[in-house]
Amino acid sequence: MDYNVSGDILNEGDRIKPRKIKQAIVEIVSDSGEGAQKCGQSFGAISAKMGNGVWTVEIIPAEIQPPARSREGASGIRVRIGSDKVTNMGNHADLVIALNEQVVYGRIRQDAYNGNTLMFIENKWAKSEQETIRQQYSEALLKFKELGIKVVEIPMEEECLKLMPDPRKGKNMWILGLLCYMYDRDIPKAENQIRRIFKKKTDAVIDLNIKLLHAGYDWARGNLPFRYEVTPMDVDDDMVVMNGNEALSMGVMASGIELCSMYPITPATSVSHHLAENFERVGGIVHQAEDEISAIGFAIGASFAGKPAVTVTSGPGLALKTEFIGLAVMAEIPFVIIDVQRGGPSTGLPTKVEQSDLLAAIYGEAGDAPKIVLAAATIEECFHFVVLARKLAESFRTPVILLSDANLATGVQPFPRPKIDPLWLTNPIDQSPWKDGAWPFEWDENTGTSKRPIPGQKGGMYTVTGLAHGQTGKVAYDPEINQASVESRSRKIASFQKSLKPPSINGDPEGDVLLVGWGSTLGAIEEAVADARAEGLKVSSLHLRFLFPIVPGLVDIFKRFKKVITVEINYSDTLGNPMVTQENRRYAQLAWLLRAKTLMDIDCFSNVYGQPLNPEKVLKMIKRELKIENSEVNV
Amino acid sequence: MLVQTHELCSVPSFDHDYGMEDYGKGVARWCPGCGGHSILTTVQRVCKDMQYEPEKTVVVSGIGCSGRFPHYMGTYGFHGLHGRAFPVASGVKFRRPDLNVFVVTGDGDCCSIGAAHWVHAIRYNMKMVALLFDNGIYGLTKKQTSPTSPLGTHSNTHPRGSVLPPINPIQTTLGLANVSFVAQTVDWNATHLYATIRKAAEHPGLAFVRIVQRCPAFMRDLYGDIAVNPKNLILLSHENGINLKPKAREAFGRVIEHDPSNIHKAREHAEIHDGIPIGLLYQNTANARYDEYGAHNLGMGIEEKKQNLESLLDQYSTSNSVE
Repeated sequence: MDYNVSGDILNEGDRIKPRKIKQAIVEIVSDSGEGAQKCGQSFGAISAKMGNGVWTVEIIPAEIQPPARSREGASGIRVRIGSDKVTNMGNHADLVIALNEQVVYGRIRQDAYNGNTLMFIENKWAKSEQETIRQQYSEALLKFKELGIKVVEIPMEEECLKLMPDPRKGKNMWILGLLCYMYDRDIPKAENQIRRIFKKKTDAVIDLNIKLLHAGYDWARGNLPFRYEVTPMDVDDDMVVMNGNEALSMGVMASGIELCSMYPITPATSVSHHLAENFERVGGIVHQAEDEISAIGFAIGASFAGKPAVTVTSGPGLALKTEFIGLAVMAEIPFVIIDVQRGGPSTGLPTKVEQSDLLAAIYGEAGDAPKIVLAAATIEECFHFVVLARKLAESFRTPVILLSDANLATGVQPFPRPKIDPLWLTNPIDQSPWKDGAWPFEWDENTGTSKRPIPGQKGGMYTVTGLAHGQTGKVAYDPEINQASVESRSRKIASFQKSLKPPSINGDPEGDVLLVGWGSTLGAIEEAVADARAEGLKVSSLHLRFLFPIVPGLVDIFKRFKKVITVEINYSDTLGNPMVTQENRRYAQLAWLLRAKTLMDIDCFSNVYGQPLNPEKVLKMIKRELKIENSEVNV
Repeated sequence: MLVQTHELCSVPSFDHDYGMEDYGKGVARWCPGCGGHSILTTVQRVCKDMQYEPEKTVVVSGIGCSGRFPHYMGTYGFHGLHGRAFPVASGVKFRRPDLNVFVVTGDGDCCSIGAAHWVHAIRYNMKMVALLFDNGIYGLTKKQTSPTSPLGTHSNTHPRGSVLPPINPIQTTLGLANVSFVAQTVDWNATHLYATIRKAAEHPGLAFVRIVQRCPAFMRDLYGDIAVNPKNLILLSHENGINLKPKAREAFGRVIEHDPSNIHKAREHAEIHDGIPIGLLYQNTANARYDEYGAHNLGMGIEEKKQNLESLLDQYSTSNSVE
């Protein structure tokens, strides 16, 4: 994008006709607590309401109040808006608004900016009373300019001081005003957005923030020599715009689940916050348990008693829940576990994205414990897959694990408004008498499925047990019974697999390289594939939603490509690194699974920088695989 | 099961009349002489006398000898994980106020691996009867020290004698937030055992009953003398407590008048070392109940749910008409 900025602000920028552009990537970076995310989310929401495609990614420090002006404490947000649907965070930012210079460094290390990036930076540091700060500031500006970033110092603090004595918590709305001018956003929509986000605050607070919005807008109009318009899409569909955790929460409510039993854990907790705020209005309730183990036990107890339940967690919580998941498999108690994945192992990177729980979700339990594992790839799927998960859980009398991740959790994207089907909301509780003489685990010989009695049903009394048991539910002392019951539980998962269709292919059904992904990387992979195909490369991709049991038809698809590579945000060994050999190389998790399932030599491209995948890195990898000149091997 | 209606009868009438046989199932596989047998029969008697519908009754247990309990009940049962009976039982009860819930847990189950849940179940105070089968030893895994084993207990994990003083479950429970019912009884006094579990079943909240239980296989000596001579038991007596007929009272060596509304005295009695105090130590029927919170919005119709969901979705709509 060509901004044509010399470094000095012009004073005669009024009434500039916006230039039409296809997309813009904007970042706001600040110390924690300065409201950068609120500003960016609002900018995204306003844009979505205007009909633009939107994707947002939050930049979250691990601490609540890290020290001010620290590189590690950077807090912020990236917002990508476009004339078409936006499915990922994109590559380098077009604009970054920085509230101090230190927080920019971390983003530079993450390769967020390049020579086309324009930076607006708070200029108050140049006049700081502390010499070290003045010095850090001027050094940073030089460094940023060396990197090719176009740096423009702007008087955010100074302008906001005209409206409030301490602009630390007001600057964000001033910046929103500036962005609204610069990208020609609709001001009444921005005002409504402010009223919405401050709805719990006083009128005085709302008024002040609206004034700040206008002040930022007016300042930009008086000072910026450029202005853009990202043309909206022509969509007739009624759209909704929300983040992935809100979509999970809405999905829980729409699925007919009526209990969410949880323990706080980043980045899953905001699902429960949303539920706590709204669930009771639709007949449900949140239980905050004393620990992760109790949270799942409570959900299982409720579901056993006929009340559909979900537990929401992240990696460390999933680890604690494994014994109960094994029990639910053994005792065939349907319920849903949502895992919003973060970086691991152990406490890992609590606020950062990773896709490292796949194998733990599928194989994490002691003993043989097959269950259904799904992964949402978009925010829309976060909604619909909860509905699906509940349905599968009850149809197949099994726990279902739904995987999301930190990227989807806070990413905001518009999607078609779901059409709520009243059938989703029905309760399984059946209090009519149990069929006389029927066993509590009357496994169908062909499908392995069975119907469960629910407390309250006369004649259905049985005892759930984690001990080996046969169709009567009684503890099995006969080894034949154990073999038969484990077979039955496996068979019902196979029955479900038989109902799945082969996945669709993005691109041609044959070619040189096929990329295989799962989860939140969908948008970045498909954009990279589109770019590669535009350059004439024979690349296609497919994305898996059903991870266990795995969708059918993969071998037939894979063999039509010269090379199959999974793209994942988790760890794999890189050949050429010390000690790594063909024999001991550890593969990314989906690659491991697919190699085992297909007996094909499937490669992987994965890393654990805690960052969402961007299309450029995938494209570079594709070119490297195809041995195309001039592709930097720097990923 | 007989179905009767007594129109002219003054006693409470039900449209059913459940007998002992409606609450039993199979043959209990505990060792001969195990305290579990008498507790099982007593719980079945209480269910019968309360005329609990077997299909509306759920017995939840953990793992250990006590964990087998639900298998021998004719009700719904949940034999879950070691230490996790409380979370499951709480989940069962939270949205099903119509169910009668019993929790059966052992000393390892409740006071060791599941101790966190014990603390919080007491605080949730959901209406259910919690029976702690305390025999002071791990039985099913064959004689390891339990958190309630007396100091110096010789076991397979402490062959030279255990080195830490035991947890006193009654004392601990009386120290927990929102505690509403704490009683203690013994497996070998059928009258007192029945009166205690009956009182617990009638309590509007979580009734915690520690049952001092004999283990003939691994802790034969622990309560041997006391069981033989009832004079070693100290009866806590009060008009609001667990009342025995005068003849039954005579069997006890010591009787202490104890008002179960007095938590400070209850804590003192919990710490008596030269005998076992049995009876109702504490009861408060006014405590907050989490099951009432859990059930406060039950029964919303599908149409209303759908309408409210649509209005929630409106908040996220990009449509201008919704602004």
